[in-house]
Amino acid sequence: MARYIAKRVLMLIPVMLGISLVVLILIDITPGDPARMVLGAQATQEQVDELREELGLNDPLPVRYGRFLWSVLHGDFGTSLLTKRPVADEMLERFPYTLMLVTLGTLLSVLIGIPIGIFAAVNQHSWKDNAAIFLSLIAVSMPNFWFALLLIRFFGVRLRWLPISRVAVWQGWILPCATMALGLAALIARQMRSDMLEVLRQDYITTARAKGLADGRLIYRHALKNAMIPVIMVIGGIFGTSLGGSLITEVIFSIPGLGQYIMTGLYNRDYPVIQSGILIVSALFAVIILIVDVIFALVDPRIRLQYTGKAKRKAGKQVGKETQAIENF
Amino acid sequence: MEKKRKQLRIFEIWRRLKKNRLAVVAFFILILLILTAVFAPLLAPHSYSQQNAKLANAPPSARHPLGNDRLGRDILSRLIYGARQSLQMGIIAVAIAATIGIALGTVAGFYGGWVDNLSMRLLDIYQAIPMFLLCVSLAAVMGPSLHNAIIALGIGIVPGYARIMRASVLTVREKEYIEAARAINASDARIILKHIVPNAIGPLIVQITMGVGSCILAGSALSFIGLGVQPPVPEWGAMISEARKVMREYPTHALYPGLCVMISVLACNLLGDGLRDALDPRLKN
Repeated sequence: MARYIAKRVLMLIPVMLGISLVVLILIDITPGDPARMVLGAQATQEQVDELREELGLNDPLPVRYGRFLWSVLHGDFGTSLLTKRPVADEMLERFPYTLMLVTLGTLLSVLIGIPIGIFAAVNQHSWKDNAAIFLSLIAVSMPNFWFALLLIRFFGVRLRWLPISRVAVWQGWILPCATMALGLAALIARQMRSDMLEVLRQDYITTARAKGLADGRLIYRHALKNAMIPVIMVIGGIFGTSLGGSLITEVIFSIPGLGQYIMTGLYNRDYPVIQSGILIVSALFAVIILIVDVIFALVDPRIRLQYTGKAKRKAGKQVGKETQAIENF
Repeated sequence: MEKKRKQLRIFEIWRRLKKNRLAVVAFFILILLILTAVFAPLLAPHSYSQQNAKLANAPPSARHPLGNDRLGRDILSRLIYGARQSLQMGIIAVAIAATIGIALGTVAGFYGGWVDNLSMRLLDIYQAIPMFLLCVSLAAVMGPSLHNAIIALGIGIVPGYARIMRASVLTVREKEYIEAARAINASDARIILKHIVPNAIGPLIVQITMGVGSCILAGSALSFIGLGVQPPVPEWGAMISEARKVMREYPTHALYPGLCVMISVLACNLLGDGLRDALDPRLKN
């Protein structure tokens, strides 16, 4: 087990190195001069050149890459050009908001998605199943920013039940979380349904049925436990992906989270913010996925074997159970 | 002879697809959308950019069936022209991603070894950045415009296509007909182009169909936050963003473009689902 974890942690290193390089190249191809951005249009060319020299923008890419890595390793993520505050501090202040939004949003989507998925699977081929699938397809197809606007318009403006952009009070979290949960709940429901159907076809379910087990008990005691594994992987992926995907929700509901911070950085060409912001969010994402995978390796020995090399990897025959990013916006 | 067999196969898939009524409806909705986009200048009753202060926020009338937006522009015409931008984003972005993904996945899967390892590790790095964040950053960095948004989306979603293609190639590679092709001394290029790609591309077709939908969705989100299509050119996401300013008084302005996005994405998803069953009937139950 320790070997598996060590291997996965070691694999994080090249990934992080790669991301920081990608981020640096991103900044490199950005049109517009960050120094000019800070100083404003009135500044003379000499002032701009001086600042460029000071920020080290004139150095070649490998030098800047080395310097960036060196400072990151020392815990220095740079200073925002606009607010003149350390990026790490600002991100730490904003992190709780994003974490709260993503956690609550994922939780809500689990609470909605899993029962719907089970309900659909149990009623397969009936109109209930079809209705559940169709509704979840509609939810996946809806732009979530549009859904957010409709929620605001209805609950915030028409009924005046909920505040629309004040996360200081708990009611303020309801609409953002509902926005986050819309598509995610549908994804979970679809995954739950297909895994449940798979499990219900297994022999041990038939055996349990033959024993005369009541349907309810059968589903919750025998089927659900076995059907949950892939679903939990999807949930892990959702949780990680939402860290980057919560951006639009944060912007609409003016939640001061990480996504909004990076957006502001992108608009202002505040390159230390962009660089470190993307790096930190990606690192968080990678760590969450790692945690989910380690939990599964604990549960499922097949996954462990794949890494410890006792079982020779065969092309096309891998167990291939790694949490993947969920491709949903 | 070979051509005939191919036609038969397409006919067979269509025959199975026809049984799924929702998928057929979705197919015709998509055809209709494409026709709307192509013939927008003929279909639109008015110009999409002509402003008319007198008609600002006007309710629906005989001349303007869906009313006018806050600058007095005809909403229906803007929706019709908007189909062009949204469909372009969906189709071209997926075309870019699928082309790169197929090439990468095929080479990685066919040659295996270090080529495979290297490209998969590169994809790991790629996928470690949350996708939407990557698309937003790319679009912001390249500067907001339709073309850049399409490129950003296309580059952002490559890994999914490459992985599916690779997995599919890995199974096809082991088939007897590949061995047979090798036995008659066919070159690698010939094996890949004539045998591997056509046989491995099946699983990707579903992904491509659904990918068009999710790119339309993501593209509208990019335009909504101001990183996609720029005014006055209409795009559904940008129209929602514009309508947000008068959301309180005229909520219907945001309603129509949102519905358009939803219907097109839904159609892609339904067709994708239908195609999955039609391409591989064993999967269905």
